[in-house]
Amino acid sequence: MAAFDEQEYTKSFDLKIWKRLLPVLANYKKAFVCMFVFNGLCALIDVLLPLFQRYAIQNFIEANTLRGLLPYGLCYFLAIVTQSLSVVAFGNNSMQIEMNVGKDLRRNLFTHLQTLSLSFYNVTPVGYMLTRITSDTNRIAGMLAWNMTDILWALFYVLGTFASMLLLNWKLALVIILIVPAIAVLTGYFQNRILHWNRKVRKINSKITGSFNEGITGAKTTKTLSIEEQSAENFRKLTASMHDAGIRAARLNAVYIPLVLFFSSMAVAIVLLRGGYMVTEHILQIATLSTFTTYAVGIFEPIQMTAANIAEFISLQASIERVTGLMDEKPQVSDAPEVIERYGDVFHPKRENWEPLKGDIEFRDVTFRYPDGGENVLTHFSLHIPAGTTVAIVGETGAGKSTLINLACRFFEPTEGQILIDGRDYKERSQLWLHSNIGYVLQNPHLFSGTVRDNIRYGRLDATDEEIEAAAKAVSADTVVAKLEKGWDSDVGEGGDRLSTGEKQLISFARAVLADPRIFVLDEATSSIDTQTEQLIQQAIDHLLQDRTSFLIAHRLSTIRKADLILVVQDGKIVEQGKHLELLQKKGYYHNLYSKQFAEENAAKILK
Amino acid sequence: METQNKLSRREKTNLILRYLRGCIGFFTVALLCACLGMVFNALTPQIIKITVDSVLGTAETELPQFLQRWFSVEQLRGEPLTALWVAAGAVLAVAALRGLCTYGQRVNLSKGSETFVKNIRDALYRHIQYLSFDWHTAHATGDIIQRCTSDVDVIRNFVCNQLVEVFRTVFLIVLYMSIMFSMNLKLSCIAALFIPIVGLSSGVFYKKISSRFQIADEAEGALTTCAQENLTGVRVVRAFGRERYEVDRFNARNNRFSQLWIKLGRLLSVYWASGTFLTCLQVMTIILAGTVETVRGNMTLGAFLAFITYNEALSWPVRSLGRVLSDMSKAGVSIDRVGYILKAEEESDAPGAEEKPLEGDIVFDHVTFGYGGQPVLKDVSFTIPQGKTFAVLGGTGSGKSTMVHLLDRLYDLKEGEGRITIGGTDLRQIQRKALRKQIGLVLQEPFLFSQTIQENIAATHPDATEEELRRMTQIACVDEAITEFSDGYNTLVGERGVTLSGGQKQRIAIARMLLQKAPVMIFDDSLSAVDAETDTKIRAALRENVAGATVILISHRVTTLMQADCILVLDDGKVADIGSHSELISRPGIYRDIYDIQMSSDDRRLIEEGGNG
Repeated sequence: MAAFDEQEYTKSFDLKIWKRLLPVLANYKKAFVCMFVFNGLCALIDVLLPLFQRYAIQNFIEANTLRGLLPYGLCYFLAIVTQSLSVVAFGNNSMQIEMNVGKDLRRNLFTHLQTLSLSFYNVTPVGYMLTRITSDTNRIAGMLAWNMTDILWALFYVLGTFASMLLLNWKLALVIILIVPAIAVLTGYFQNRILHWNRKVRKINSKITGSFNEGITGAKTTKTLSIEEQSAENFRKLTASMHDAGIRAARLNAVYIPLVLFFSSMAVAIVLLRGGYMVTEHILQIATLSTFTTYAVGIFEPIQMTAANIAEFISLQASIERVTGLMDEKPQVSDAPEVIERYGDVFHPKRENWEPLKGDIEFRDVTFRYPDGGENVLTHFSLHIPAGTTVAIVGETGAGKSTLINLACRFFEPTEGQILIDGRDYKERSQLWLHSNIGYVLQNPHLFSGTVRDNIRYGRLDATDEEIEAAAKAVSADTVVAKLEKGWDSDVGEGGDRLSTGEKQLISFARAVLADPRIFVLDEATSSIDTQTEQLIQQAIDHLLQDRTSFLIAHRLSTIRKADLILVVQDGKIVEQGKHLELLQKKGYYHNLYSKQFAEENAAKILK
Repeated sequence: METQNKLSRREKTNLILRYLRGCIGFFTVALLCACLGMVFNALTPQIIKITVDSVLGTAETELPQFLQRWFSVEQLRGEPLTALWVAAGAVLAVAALRGLCTYGQRVNLSKGSETFVKNIRDALYRHIQYLSFDWHTAHATGDIIQRCTSDVDVIRNFVCNQLVEVFRTVFLIVLYMSIMFSMNLKLSCIAALFIPIVGLSSGVFYKKISSRFQIADEAEGALTTCAQENLTGVRVVRAFGRERYEVDRFNARNNRFSQLWIKLGRLLSVYWASGTFLTCLQVMTIILAGTVETVRGNMTLGAFLAFITYNEALSWPVRSLGRVLSDMSKAGVSIDRVGYILKAEEESDAPGAEEKPLEGDIVFDHVTFGYGGQPVLKDVSFTIPQGKTFAVLGGTGSGKSTMVHLLDRLYDLKEGEGRITIGGTDLRQIQRKALRKQIGLVLQEPFLFSQTIQENIAATHPDATEEELRRMTQIACVDEAITEFSDGYNTLVGERGVTLSGGQKQRIAIARMLLQKAPVMIFDDSLSAVDAETDTKIRAALRENVAGATVILISHRVTTLMQADCILVLDDGKVADIGSHSELISRPGIYRDIYDIQMSSDDRRLIEEGGNG
């Protein structure tokens, strides 16, 4: 899994990556324009407000009159109201941008993931995909909306203030503007260092979470080895590095921020000195002087914040790359255009054109190797499985028993040769056509959070409640339901957590029965299940095998013995095939496996 | 899970205080710096006021006593340029001092908060390591991690940001309001009127929407769960051809989440706008009223400007104070959740427990034990002789693992549940640590830490030499497999490293246990994932290398069991039979039945070969 260690993206700015976002952003042009306009309005009023103060000093205090105070007050009030309304407007717009862009990115990613092949899923950790769907999209959307808002506001505000100062008194204005490059240099120096330490802090933080996880899941081992103190010591080392990194980051900020503030005070001092002199020379009014001090205090924080915002905004490139990287994954198995034309794609199936499936499967001269492996797993393999046949696949754990199933289900396609279903190459028909006819029950059955009923209905979405209950009864899943507090409407918990493995299995059988597939695939559970449930499961399997082409990754002798055809797998290859008795007589690998299995199973029976 | 019992206010305070040890100094300095900084900050408007009134204007200003020693106003007024230089210099000097204070405040605050959070984390981690095994089985990992991370963050935020912020804001209000009151009573009253309005409106509003935040958070949770289940259950999705359905399901949640936030965004925009409105209104009111006061001659122009500056400096902190105060209520819940863990009792030894070397026979004396009322072991008595190999055979639920748990004191027997002794001493009279150090235990599904293989094996003896280490891995028949990894013994295990097979894990765990050099060794079905041949090899190597140790083997395999000196057959929590292999096969019973089945001719041959070789 080392390949999936999250990479550090330190690449420099690349416009091509950012352009990938345009199609999504284009949908929200109006919102962006609104945000732009109201944001600008907001900044404009922020620039104007000090001028109101100037007006009051000039026209009332220095003129020593209160005439015109009421209309002045009304104008001022109007400005405040406009300001507040534009805050509402741009806040709204930014939130809409964040949420809609996020929504679209998530939807696109999720939809795309549905089309990727299982070969991709086999090698990609769920967490890797999940961070892209959730945090990266959130980050992109959030930054596009809010960082951009902040950056734009600061830009408008700073430029507006410069313009206002230049108009009021360009000589004094230039002196203040001269300080800006100094701040830029300062920021350039600190920003990278601060970013570096912040990243470090985040990294250590995730390590701490990991340590907690390990400290808890490994508690039994830690206890039995009696290394609690050592484990706590290791943890203390980690938190010590966090402590130091945290202080380092804070110390940089503690130097940087007062320095910026000092520059802003320097601007005030200059205004006092230069401006004050100009006042004594009667070139400048006191009112304007006070406006300049207000501006001088006001512009430096936005400049400093913008520097941080821009740095963070650029770091967004990594998130965009991660999302687009996933979007660029191509499915290994895909339907040809003419197949999609006739049968539809996974999202828009043309069921009216689908032929019924009988379940006759033929491997014709199939050679196969996994996309990530070099060695052929199957070489010129041919096998005909007439409809209704039960095929058992046996072999030791990790021998590669699922390969045939992966091929038959078209989760993978043969490297060479053909697989025919009902006499036609299965590539001539859509994946969904085949998948809709397959019932699949896994060793560790996967349920979705929701009610028992919802989970069974997953097999056929338009099934009535009666049909669901009948399906459950057929495989005795109703006994599970009977034990639950809310019956059919009981929540099974995340991933079916609240049910035992045996119970989950029965529910997943019911789901398969409801789907009434022509091809049935079962990966038999090896984990110990209590005797009673075990018997129920046995009966359920018998029920499911009737009249269907079935593939069983079998562990129980009873299941194996009943199969019409047994395929014996060793080291990824099919080494023997035939019926139970034939294979036993061969006295080969199967015989070996069987006797071992037989011995263990009987021992287990005696010990029960 | 019922894990939500609450702490009293006092307990909460004590909990926080306990971990503040060693950081109170930092916090005090930080707060002092903050206050001093605010005082310096308050000086700048005064400098501007004096400059405007007395240097540029003609008002009589009284300089503070200590300044009069250096300058007199008259003198300065005579030389306006000098006066301006002094003013500018004063602004810079004040700024420099304020900068120093900000530095001191930030650095000390970060030292305080980093130390505080380190204290809590370390305490939590260590405490969790020492909590009983019982406690661990009763609590979900995810929930505990949540408490150790997010809840700790909330507490840190509460102590290091929110409390400090509240203190600062209150000081700011007091300082600035008193300056303002000394300048102009009428204006100050108007300004003071705004404080509760701004603060309260913000607090109330924030409290109101916080429940909506929670709903939106839950919607996000549902969205994540949906994606996660889809990704983990991708085979089911594909097998039923449910891609379309899944996309619809995801979109429904995606839309709901987005809609909730868009609605929340409307409220938030109003909240922000109301903040802007109120603060701007406050500023405007003061400007208008100040203008009137100044025109009427109750105030100088300089004072007017200074007053406006103070007033503006107050408005935003007051507003955020409202939010912070209403936000602080969340901390109580987090303290409860963290306190719940810290309050749980650690494993402790009985008074007078000894650190005793394990010598002598281990005796189970009428042991009856179970979890939650249901007995698993029922009145079990037997003896494990010192230095011998003792095997246990039993089905699921027969009580084998419970026996191991009791021996290693992961659980303790209570009064009336019988006793376990070693060399005549009750296990409970031996220090837990000493006991566990002397009992090597390998579990069926061993846990390896996300460290290098070398670190994993050397867990109990970090200073072991490579030679020693390799001797153990050779006994465990895993040396070869390890050296085949590209990084050899430095290969990382787990998520970030190699994925080991079940058999490799078991063998590495055996090597780790061997290095422990314990006089008692327990193999709890710990060769189940190793093929029969390797199993035999390992056992042969063990026999040669650990002579003298008491070995307890739990297994299903007769080939493993038969070489033991004594075999115990457990059935449904009771001793079904006990004796040597030859004794047990000579009489009818579970053992002989299993022996008959398992001992196919092939296996017999294998054993004979193994025995000869």
